Amino acid sequence: MSDLKNIVLNYVKNEYLEEGDDREVDFNTPLISGGIVDSFSMVSLKRFLENKYNIQIPDAKATPDAFDTVNNIAELLKEFNIQ
Amino acid sequence: MANMGPYENVKENFSWSISEKELGYHNGEILNIGEYCTDRLCRMGKKDKLALIWEGFGGDVKKYTFNDMRLLTNSIAHFLKGLGLEPGDRICLFMDKVPELYFGFLGILKMGGIAQPLFSAFGSDSLITRLEDAKTAAVITQKKHLQKVRNIVPQMPYMKHIIVVDDDGSKPLKEREIAFHMDQAERIEHFDIYPSKAETPSVLHYTSGTTGKPKGAQHVHYSLIAQYITAKYVLDLQENDIYWCTADPGWVTGTSYGIIGPWVNGMTQCVLDSGFKAETWYKFIEKYKITVWYSAPTAIRSLMKDGDEIVKKHDLSSLRHLCSVGEPLNAEAVIWSKKVFGLPFLDTYWQTETGCIVISNYPGMTVKPGSMGKPFPGIDATVLDLKTYEPIKKPGIVGLIALKPGWPSMMRTYWNNEITYKSKFKNGWYICGDRSSIDEEGYFWFVGRDDDVINTGGHLVGPFEIESALLEHEAVAESAVVGKPDPVNMEVVKAFITLKPGFQASKDLDLAIMNFIRKRLSPLAMPQEIEFVDSLPKTRSGKIMRRVLRAKEWGEEIGDVSTLENDM
Repeated sequence: MSDLKNIVLNYVKNEYLEEGDDREVDFNTPLISGGIVDSFSMVSLKRFLENKYNIQIPDAKATPDAFDTVNNIAELLKEFNIQ
Repeated sequence: MANMGPYENVKENFSWSISEKELGYHNGEILNIGEYCTDRLCRMGKKDKLALIWEGFGGDVKKYTFNDMRLLTNSIAHFLKGLGLEPGDRICLFMDKVPELYFGFLGILKMGGIAQPLFSAFGSDSLITRLEDAKTAAVITQKKHLQKVRNIVPQMPYMKHIIVVDDDGSKPLKEREIAFHMDQAERIEHFDIYPSKAETPSVLHYTSGTTGKPKGAQHVHYSLIAQYITAKYVLDLQENDIYWCTADPGWVTGTSYGIIGPWVNGMTQCVLDSGFKAETWYKFIEKYKITVWYSAPTAIRSLMKDGDEIVKKHDLSSLRHLCSVGEPLNAEAVIWSKKVFGLPFLDTYWQTETGCIVISNYPGMTVKPGSMGKPFPGIDATVLDLKTYEPIKKPGIVGLIALKPGWPSMMRTYWNNEITYKSKFKNGWYICGDRSSIDEEGYFWFVGRDDDVINTGGHLVGPFEIESALLEHEAVAESAVVGKPDPVNMEVVKAFITLKPGFQASKDLDLAIMNFIRKRLSPLAMPQEIEFVDSLPKTRSGKIMRRVLRAKEWGEEIGDVSTLENDM
């Protein structure tokens, strides 16, 4: 599980933090409500997870809450038997 | 009782001079928006009234009175002048919704500069396009956005200063960069405010078009006359209101009604600088007892998606007036807001070029859910025939929304682009670029854009800018970008792409292209869907026919395809 979380965390840090943005981001950092990933960018994060784990996340499950932290994302992925 | 009386009475007796009189402005006098929003209010006895309650992510709160705002905008103006910046210089604000953005805007105006706010999520490509066009002399930004500016500094010899408002000294600043800490800056009691006149340029807001680069709509200080009275009448701002405009000042709503309108009316306004979350928004309203809320259909539909139960957990009884802007507000959203808040969101219509609300629903006027409402008193609006550009007299016929030029906040030109500016006028009417009909009672009903510009989440995105950026991706041979329907954002960007030899369509390439555009331009411009195709529909002269692709996305008739070169 921590491998999965690290993969997602690293992806978020590399893709969504601007160069020079030295904010600490961990498994519990709010991504959506914290303004790191906006609602438009969330689509690309969803696409990353779908590609990486070969799943389809229905729009109804891709809510700002479900994507708000790496921990929340890990919980969401559990529903797809990804741990 | 609402500020505005019965619509028909007000319309009949309205003149912009009412606004001038209330503001104490006389033709030919000095008129500076920065002064009218700060010093003037202090002279009126509001110096101890709260002007701004700001809350950042994590609950960090800052509060400023009108006197604080007067002094701090003086400090900023003094600092900018001290750097050698001069009246008429374009000074860009490239920040999140921090207090420095709001006060920086007014500080720039106080020293005679032209404020050029840009959305902080813009990538370097979007930034350079707009800074290059304006030959911007300085950028005020935050540490977190500094690298995007640094990436393009070598291309900007005209850029004299990059001002960083939150530099902590942890990393050395580079050439042309300088730190400025507003809250620690010396508070300047007396600053010689630039003696701007009505027609002195004030704000440069960039907006996207179908073709070519984004255009800088240039406004003047006289816009204040329209922004004051529309904020007073439409937003119904009253002495004890606590106002919240959710728009980012990188866009025109965030300046006309997130800075100028509320403060020239002496309002206390709240700003929430954090990402969207229904729970956070409702808590914010509850905590500060917001009374007037100006938001956008995308946000309202997102709140709708989160359901009614979460609304019931919060005491939102302070709310008394709700308005919406950015894209058509669907009837379902109006009905939902009435159900859960006890109030309908009133739709307002305007655009970067108009500077103020031009068609709207008003307090006390019967709301027809889904309608844009009626022209603001003082605005002569109609719909024009699509071919003859003559006003359509018959109700229910779709035409081009058009306004008779001459209202105070109308853009004065497109920066460096007088030809495009002039092309916006037909038969003496300013053409907004949208289509609507007017019913037998005078209500306007929005139909859609009259061009290929994409309205996503209330922001206009130009397909040409995205297509140009796509061509810079190593795999892309050709592209066409259109809007596709979306239940929350009205439209989202969809790209049709042909690949260069040696590249194959794949999920990974799809994501790589999405991220490429997101970083180069902005998250708004990122295609949310990419369709790899063998060829694009073109005319015989080789021009890509976006409308064919768009019609397919919207399930509409494709129309005349006699000039189509290839079959889709």
